[in-house]
Amino acid sequence: MLKFTEDHEWLKLEGDVATVGITTHATELLGDVVFVQLPDLGTKLNKGDGAAVVESVKAASDVYAPLAGEVVEINQAIVDDPATVNADPQGKGWFFKLKLADVAAMDGLMDEASYMKHIG
Amino acid sequence: MKTEQAATADQALKRTPLHALHLELGARMVPFVGYDMPVQYPAGVLKEHLHTRAAASLFDVSHMGQIALRARPGALKAAAEALERLLPADIAGLKPGRMRYSFFTNGQGGILDDLMVANGGDHLLLIVNAARKQEDEAHLAAEIAKDCSVERQERALIALQGPEAEATLARLVPDCMGLRFLEARRLNIMGAPCLVMRSGYTGEDGFEISTPADIAREIAEELLADAAVAPAGLGARDSLRLEAGLPLYGSDIDEATSPIEAGLAWAIPRPRRKGGAREGGFPGARIILDQLERGAPRARVGLRPAGEGPEARAIVRAGAPLYAEAEANAAIGSVTSGGFGPSLDGPVALGYVPAAFALPGSRVFAELRGKRLPLTVVALPFIMPRYKRS
Repeated sequence: MLKFTEDHEWLKLEGDVATVGITTHATELLGDVVFVQLPDLGTKLNKGDGAAVVESVKAASDVYAPLAGEVVEINQAIVDDPATVNADPQGKGWFFKLKLADVAAMDGLMDEASYMKHIG
Repeated sequence: MKTEQAATADQALKRTPLHALHLELGARMVPFVGYDMPVQYPAGVLKEHLHTRAAASLFDVSHMGQIALRARPGALKAAAEALERLLPADIAGLKPGRMRYSFFTNGQGGILDDLMVANGGDHLLLIVNAARKQEDEAHLAAEIAKDCSVERQERALIALQGPEAEATLARLVPDCMGLRFLEARRLNIMGAPCLVMRSGYTGEDGFEISTPADIAREIAEELLADAAVAPAGLGARDSLRLEAGLPLYGSDIDEATSPIEAGLAWAIPRPRRKGGAREGGFPGARIILDQLERGAPRARVGLRPAGEGPEARAIVRAGAPLYAEAEANAAIGSVTSGGFGPSLDGPVALGYVPAAFALPGSRVFAELRGKRLPLTVVALPFIMPRYKRS
């Protein structure tokens, strides 16, 4: 099951590793993504740290670490072809995988129904 | 992720005659200098941009100011001479049916606004920036209203831009084919009196058409019915003009930039230069003509990433400081416009650097998210314009 943040990130948990991306709604706000900068492997992030940068034709936006953890995998495919983020934001367009410091913290995030309500 | 929130509807925003059409076309509307304007349509900025260069796009630029100057009574020459007191162009020598690019200057040699001036035969039509139209009108009223009438035209302005623009417009008004770049002619479109100008802000061939407000929508729909034409919003308009190296008032030029450092000396013709028949005579003339002779201390330049790989795709945007070295402390200039250039498939930027860094090939560094990114100064425009000059 996907979890969501108010800042339009989604997380999918497998074991203690969460895959993180930006939501379909976020890509609609951004428009065409033309550049993505991802964190280095092994980066330890606190919740709220700037983790990635996504640039569209319109603006640059920061992607924040939704929870604390260590970056254990990054999606080079979206760096090589940023349009992947628009084409499949909640699938092939994932950003990075985070080994969570505290898996239970996932419970504090929104489920899909709450997120849909949040974006109205 | 933090994103800008979708603009909320604001009752105070003005609407152009094409407003309802934008909504029907699915545009995302944003507040822009007091108007509710389309920033993009469902196709998105990238596709709208590329479509303009490949076929033709229709832009609503009705928010821009259209101001008519008429001499009273009699010859238009009096209005032309009056206007020349405010800008360094050759308006007295502007023949009926011709247009010029120019700028209102201030006493410090800065730019109050940039504009197009068309000789409409019995009047001069000034097309000015939306953000400046009230100031421009007040400026004209204060400075030259004793010599000519200054009338705001409540008309629509439709830009049709791209290699297919001529063929598309010719289906409605075949006479448009007789116009070359920077020529203007009064033509009837769908029975309505329009001023058709072969001009634009994209680097492509195309037209800007001043139409009565009440028929603008019908004309726009007729143009959009052509398979070659798609609507394009302010987002694509900005990336197109950026690739074409055209300055945006308020970003690349303003009251603190001189036309010479802005790279606009080409728009100051010989009769207004030192030794010319009507030398000077406009605000800031001494400073501007001195700079024209001796050079300006800084210059507006084009900037492209110098490196390779993913880093070279990072976009340097307006406001980024520029440095001479990767470690230098003091900024030497700044970026005034920057974005992704879809036709170049990479970042493009405009900025000011000291004259010593202005030659193409010079290296500067932009600060971006705490890092110094190497940039190369390149000749403008970034793309080869395709104006119809002959």
